[in-house]
Formats: sequence, structure tokens, C-alpha cells
Amino acid sequence: MKRRATGGSALTRARKLGFSFDGRNLQGLQGDTLASALLANGVRLVGRSFKYHRPRGVLTAGSEEPNALLEVLRDGVFHPNVRATVQELHMGLQARAQNCWPSVRRDVMAVNDLLAPFLGAGFYYKTFMWPRAFWEGLYEPLIRRAAGLGRLPQTPQDAPHERAFAFCDLLVIGAGPTGLMAALTAARAGADVIVCDEDRQFGGRLLSDTGQIDGIAGADWAAQVVTELHALPNVRLMARTSVVGAYDGGVYGALERVALHVTAPGHAPRECFWRITAQRTILAAGALERPIAHPGNDRPGVMLLSAVASYWHRWAIDPGRVVVFGNTDHALATARALAADGMNIRAYVDPRTDLGTDAPFALRAGAEVVATHGRHGLGAVTLRQKGRDIRIEADTLALAGGWNPSLHLACHMNGRPSWDTAIAAFVPRPGMVPGMDVAGAAAGRFSTHAALHDGARAAAESLAELGLTSPDLPLPLAEDAPYAIAPLWQVAAPGRAWLDFANDVTTKDVAQAAREGFASVEHMKRYTTQGMAPDQGKSSNMGALAVLADATGGTIPDTGTTTFRPPFVPVSIAALGAGGHGKSFAPERRITSDAQVRAMGAPMLEAGLWYRPSHFPQAGDRDWRDACNREVLHVRHAVGVCDVSTLGKIDVQGPNAARFLDFVYTNTMSSLRPGRVRYGLMLREDGHVMDDGTCARLGEQHFLITTTTAAAGEVMRHLDFVQQAFCADWRVRLGSVTEHWAQFAVAGPLADDLLARVLDVPPALPFMGCAGVTVGGVAARLFRISFSGERGYELAVPARFGAALFRGLLALAEGMGGGAYGLEALNVLRIEKGFVTHAEIDGRVTAFDLGMAGMVSAKKDCIGKAASQRPGLHGPERLQLVGLRPVAHGTEIAAGAHLYAPDAPATAPHGQGHTTSVAYSPTLERWLGLALLRDGRARHGSMMRLDDGLRGRQAAVEICNPVFFDPDGGRMRG
Amino acid sequence: MHLPCPCCGPRDLREFTHKGADDYLRRPAPDAPPEAWDDYLHTRANPAGRTRDLWYHDPCGTWIAVTRDTVTHAVIGATGLEDAQ
Repeated sequence: MKRRATGGSALTRARKLGFSFDGRNLQGLQGDTLASALLANGVRLVGRSFKYHRPRGVLTAGSEEPNALLEVLRDGVFHPNVRATVQELHMGLQARAQNCWPSVRRDVMAVNDLLAPFLGAGFYYKTFMWPRAFWEGLYEPLIRRAAGLGRLPQTPQDAPHERAFAFCDLLVIGAGPTGLMAALTAARAGADVIVCDEDRQFGGRLLSDTGQIDGIAGADWAAQVVTELHALPNVRLMARTSVVGAYDGGVYGALERVALHVTAPGHAPRECFWRITAQRTILAAGALERPIAHPGNDRPGVMLLSAVASYWHRWAIDPGRVVVFGNTDHALATARALAADGMNIRAYVDPRTDLGTDAPFALRAGAEVVATHGRHGLGAVTLRQKGRDIRIEADTLALAGGWNPSLHLACHMNGRPSWDTAIAAFVPRPGMVPGMDVAGAAAGRFSTHAALHDGARAAAESLAELGLTSPDLPLPLAEDAPYAIAPLWQVAAPGRAWLDFANDVTTKDVAQAAREGFASVEHMKRYTTQGMAPDQGKSSNMGALAVLADATGGTIPDTGTTTFRPPFVPVSIAALGAGGHGKSFAPERRITSDAQVRAMGAPMLEAGLWYRPSHFPQAGDRDWRDACNREVLHVRHAVGVCDVSTLGKIDVQGPNAARFLDFVYTNTMSSLRPGRVRYGLMLREDGHVMDDGTCARLGEQHFLITTTTAAAGEVMRHLDFVQQAFCADWRVRLGSVTEHWAQFAVAGPLADDLLARVLDVPPALPFMGCAGVTVGGVAARLFRISFSGERGYELAVPARFGAALFRGLLALAEGMGGGAYGLEALNVLRIEKGFVTHAEIDGRVTAFDLGMAGMVSAKKDCIGKAASQRPGLHGPERLQLVGLRPVAHGTEIAAGAHLYAPDAPATAPHGQGHTTSVAYSPTLERWLGLALLRDGRARHGSMMRLDDGLRGRQAAVEICNPVFFDPDGGRMRG
Repeated sequence: MHLPCPCCGPRDLREFTHKGADDYLRRPAPDAPPEAWDDYLHTRANPAGRTRDLWYHDPCGTWIAVTRDTVTHAVIGATGLEDAQ
């Protein structure tokens, strides 16, 4: 093959592009695909097949390519399985063959081809079964090394990719004659139209034909239409965009190759994944030509006739001496047109007996190709006519086995196509995807006239659905030649005939699958792997189906198709996941003191999306525990400051606010006086604890409730549900104000002294009191609540003042012998006091389990009350909250360890419960734990064995009251 | 997939949180027998065809009852809970 001196509608001859293939420096032209550039350089052998490592060349000129899968250098690494027919050439492109070693011409694994008799369908299911011991040591590593097509980059890929959303009245998929006619009709009617096409250029088959429309070349007509569409504000043309999936509600996934054809794309997204929502869709994806299964049909130089025509017209590739093997009038007409254009066609071979006599090449009627010759590429073909073998020297064998409508997208919602005998192909049924119409070749209407007519018809029907008036558009004149096919699925001759080129599946494999009982099409597919390569069997499914039908004695429509699933073409994970990884997947919520605590060297812990300081290291600390102990003792002996802004805050207002809170909390909030705060417990409707928090009554009709950090969203949803579902007529309104307020705990014996220096007028608040205050003139809220067991407050200011307030509080605390405390110290402080968090409220515990059954008011209904009284949620069989301490003071314990009777084995039936939280208490100078223990409250004082199977540690522990420190609460009430 | 929020119009599925069947709207009386509560909490139909279930539109805080078809995936309509009882 070589480049012709003239022609090539896709090419810009003046712009030469240097590129390399397997280290060889080659030259192509602007407008080339990698495939056309390789062919122009005479490179026919581009890769090795999957199983037998057979030499393979370019088969197609489109995204359905099964053979020419190469590795291409992108962003510093070679990406596997790039289709050379899709990859546009750019300056400096580097490609290499895959699945071969040491080179594509001398591939060691080609020895597999000699072993082919042992490697037929399902060989790995049979071969690797015995001896059993060989599996892990020998077979699996062997298979792993040999398996897969190409090698994945081993480093994380962070080249930019994007996702985007689009909406339109009409989505037109495919910009051939059908799609362009449909788009033009709809665009002139004023509809909002998106047209997607996989190719860089719009026009579809018109770019590769010589046929005329309205007296001008089809490609010129397409260019005129595109020019008009370009100028219209209501049309978006998306080239290089493959629509890959059809989904519910008129949603389509589409992959745009934004910058894969650019040498130095910089920050441009390499690909963009689109979600397009369309009122109506016209699938005008055309049709894919199918090869013919004849012996030796996988040799480089064997191509589809449509591809030969495309390379000739668009990229000026001269295929040399050509033999055409077809079975339709369309194939013969194409051969005639190409010969008239100067192509050296030596023979046209067709099993049909009546081809006429008049042709510029030898007409071989009633003939079939039975063999091909040539080591790394085609040199000759042998055809059989009337029992006589004839050898013809040829560089290219062009196969034209008929056309399969590209109905894939129409089948993505599980619709099954129907069989059309006239064209020997599956065609879509109406209504397979709601809102989608299939038109033109994709619907099995193959002539250019039929395409234009059908495009206009589909557009008119869509416009009617959209309530728009169709424009009066004359139908352009074009050929309407009959298609006339005599199906030919396989040539009956000795030798291997390939169906699936990518996965090395031959007609014999399919017949063997049927013989061995894998006669259903879905079984055959999985047994032979036919259709499971990156091309998903686009060029082989139909042939395999026909061979299977033949082998089982059934018909093709009875045999049926396998399921069409998205994506239509391979989609990179990078494109699919664009915008959904790293910080885009889990954005950071930052507290107002974030910069300050990070500057203090605090490691940050994730709490949901929030980041909270773990502890504040100082010089001389051996580890985090030194810092944690120091911070705990600050709180116990001086004063500590902690940012607690992440707690959920919900503002509840209205005349019925108190009544509403009575309904969602187990305890009574209506009896709370303004200026007071109460601890509250919320249940799920199934009777288990959902969350706990505080409820402050700021005014007669105004409450502020808090939730735990993790449950803020869930509680907000729950309250909205209860209000809207059960008390919609109550006068109460809810609003999340979590991020409106920055809130700081100030705790310790010196808390009052500190606040006296911060607040403009410090109020005298009782324990569980609240009041409005001012800080430097800024309105703030003060709550006397404590999660540490010390005399403590929480001071809230509007979020914009949070950073300044934290700095001020911190400076004062440090001056008083205290300081900031982090999440670790906060946790130790609450464990010492036996306060629960979601480590204990794990979704399975009840108020009874926590020892809070008394908080479920008997005087009123509340969410979860009825279910909380069910049998089985009370009594000694329940896991109940207890404290525990190791008998030996120094023994370290861990959360998650299980509790057993001292002499019981550590097996599940003997399990009595587990630890939920543990801490080293610097206050009590020993390890403490909270646990959920069967009948726990009755077992205070008893000895248990703690078995930490994960860490292999055991400890004797004493069960006790969960409140270890200051059990009567004198310190915080004081 | 888009759901019609009575407050915001048709919005992408990812803005919604699913709760379950609209049975949750029919809360038994506090003193109803345990069987009624068991039914309310646990017994759900699994219809092939038309169903109505509850979704929360997180951005605006509106709970809606969506009528849809589990076979065709068609979304037939949605109302706020006040109109869904």
C-alpha cells in the first residue's frame, strides 16, 4: 500500500506530521488517522492477535476496529488498546504494537498458533483443571502473565478529564445523510438540536462514496448542510463524540475526544464525558459492514470493502491489487465505482451465479475465497469456482459480507431487535427506547435516498411530538439502488476461518461450543469469548450467531442475539470518573479555626466531610498520647478550648415548635423554660436510637437543637419528614444553621475566668442555661453545657468571627495554664464521663440499652416510642452500656475487642458483648473502656475476659458503671 | 433520571435521597396493636408496575411522593407530602 499523489478529502497535504511506530520514524499528513498513516507508509502488520499471536492488520476505518489496537504514548505513559482507526495523527505521536515480544514481526508467543489444536474453545476450563495442586503455583501465574490485551500503565493517571451536562429538544446520533437531513429539518423548525458524530468530520458514508446528492458530490452536500447548521444558534455540533449508552428518561452518555489528537494538550481535558438529556432522539448511526468467515481471512491485507473505499477517498491510500469478495449488489456497485476511480481491482468474487458480464474487472460468479497466502501480509488469494481453485496475486482482499444496522443504542434498555430476511440482518423494533426513533441505515434502510427520506420523516415525527411545525423542505435527489443480498456466513472449505479477530474465535470454536452443549447464544459467547474483546463483537456477533444457528440446526431469529449493553465504544475510567475522585468526590468542610489549628501543627482527622484537629503536638512529645494527656489535664485542671462547630445545628421556630420537638424527642421539650437547655434523645421509628444532642430554648417560640457531627444530615432529613408527613398543618419551621455559627467549647475550672475576659457582660448562667451575649459588640450565644464533665460553656458567634474568636480564646487559655484541645482529648474526656457518641449509638441500641429508658416519656407519643416497647428490646438479653477497666493497671485495651466469661472459649456463641470506645485516662491514670455487654447493668463488679482477636491480646477486666469520673456530676454543675 | 420537585422543577436524581414506599405516610395510632406497627415498619409490597415512594430533595428540603413505574422506569409524577396523604 502507498499514498496516491492526489486526492484524500481528509488530508491537508501541505502539513506533514512526523510520528513513530515501534521505534521507526515515519511521516504522515494532517488529517490522517494513525491507521491511515501506517497504511500510507506501507505498514500492514500492526499487531498480534490475542490467543494465537497471529499477525494482524487494519480491518476497518472506524470505531469498530477489532485488530489495529496499539499502545500510544499519552502524558508520558503508553496507553493500551488505542484503536488506530480512531486515533488522529499528531506531530510526534509515538505508537507501538502490543501483545507481541520481542517485536511484532518476530513474536515468540506465535508458537501458540502451532498449538492451536489444543487451544480451542474452552481450553482453559479443561486444561487447567488438574492436578489440583498446580492451580495456585503454576496455572494462575501463567494465565495472569498471558492474559489481557495490552499492558495498563502502572502509575496513577492524573491527566485532566471532564464531565459535562447538556439538554436539548432533539439529539441526533450520527451525521451521515440520515442524521444531517434530520438535523437540518429540525433545526429549520427552530428545535434545540445536538448532533453527535464519532468522526472528526461530519458526513458519514458520504465521505467515502462517489454518489451524488442533488447533482453534487455527497461529501459536498454534507459540507453545505454542516455550514448551515454551524450558523444556526439552536444547533450544537459535537464532532469526535461517541454516544455510548441510552438510559432512562432520555439520558444519553457520550464520550468526546477533546484533546487526544493534540501533541501538547496542556490543561485541556483529554476526554469529556457528557450526560445529554434529550426530549427526543434520532438514532442515525448508520450500519457496519461485516466480514465473511473464510479460511485465512485474518491475514494483514484483508479489509472490509467499506474501509478500502474510505482509505481510498478520504486518505488517498492505494490498496494495490485488490480482490473483492462480496455477496450484495451494493458490493459490486462499490467495486465498479472504485475501479472507475482508478483502483486496481483484479477480480470480484461472489457466490451468486448471476452477476452480469459487463465490468472493468474479472467477475467471478458462483465463487468463494477459500485461502489466503503471505507470511506477514497478503500476497495472493485462492478462490474456488465450479470446483476449480484459482490463485490470484493480490495485495488487498476486500470483504463485503453485507451490512449490520448499528442498532446497539436502541437495545440498551433491553429491547430485542427483530430479524429482517430481506437484508439478512437484525433491525430495531419501534419504541425500544422511549423517545428514540431509529432512522436510515441504522433501521435497515440502506440507499442514500432512503436515508434522506427517513431522516426527514423521523425529524418531522419528533417535531410533531415537540409541538413544532416541520419546515417545507424538499427531499434532495439521491440514488435508490436495491441492496440485494444472498447471505454468506461461512465458506465451506478446510482451514481456520475467523469470526472474532480480536479474541481469536473461529467458526470451528463456535461449532465446538454447540457440540459441547453451549448451544445458547449467551453460553456460546462466554465459552468461546466471542464478542468479549474491546470491540464487543461489532464485526463478529452476527457471523457467530449465524454459525451457531447452523451448528444447532436452528434459525437465526430463533437463536437470538446476546444482550447489547453500554458502552458502545470503550470508555476510559478517567473519563467516566472525571470530577468524581479525590477532593471532588469528598470535598473538604473546614472549620473556621482550620488555618490556625493547622499552623499549630495539629494532624487533621476526617469526620464525615469535616476536618478536625486530632491533637496539638509540642516539642518533647514522644507521641500523640503525650499531647492528648496534656490537653485532658488542661481541661481538668485549668481551661481548654475546642472548636465544636461541626456539630449539626437546627433552628426550630414557630408557635408549634415546642409541640413538634415533643414529638421528635423521647423526652419533653415543651416544659423547657426560655434560657434553658436540655439533653435530648431521638429515636428512629423502629425504636432504636437515632441521635442525641442538646435542645436550647432561645425564646418562647424559638429553639436551637444540636446533632452529632456525623448525623447532622440524617437528622435534618428526618425532622423535615416528620414535619411534612405528620404535622404539615402545625406552625413550625426548621432550618439548618450548622455553617452559620462557629462554636467553641470552653471547659475547665477556670472557664468562668476566661469568659469574664471575653464577654462584654458575662451573665451568671446556671448549669444547662443559655443566653444571648456580646463579644466585642458582636451578638453571640452562650450555652452552659459540658461534654467534658467540667464546668463548661459553648460560645457561638457568626461564622465570620470564628477565626478571630478562636485566636482570642486560645491566647487567654494559654495565659491561664490551659490551651486548645483536639478530638483525641475530647474523646478521652467524654469516656471518663461515660458520655456516648455514635461509637455506642451504632444503630442497634435502644434507650433501654443506654440506661436511658426513663427518658422516653410515658405522657406523650413520640417517633419510635411504640416500636421501642416491642418485646425483645428490653431485658437481660440486651447488650447494655457498661464501663470496664483492666484489672492490671498498665494493660492496654482496644475498641472492638469482645467480652467472654473468664473460662469461656473465644467463640461467637460465647460472646457476651464488645468494647465500643477505650481511652487511657491521664486523670485516673489507667485504661478505661465503654462496652455493650449482655445484661450489663446487672453485672457491675463482675470479672470478664476481653479478647482482642485482631491484635492477639487478652485482658482480665472488671465491669463497672460507665461514669468513671465525678459520678455525681458536681464538677460540671458546681 | 430526573424527578419533578414541586418546589424546584425537574432535578437530577443525584440531588435526592430515597426513603422507601409511601407506606411510611400511614403511621398507626400510638396505641395501635403491635401487628399494625410491625406492618407499618416492615411489610412492603414489591410491585412490578406502578408504585409510589418517598424522596427528599436535599437542596430545598422538600419531601415528595413520586409515582413511577418499576417496569418501564417511567416517572409519572410527584407531589409534596401535604397532597400525598
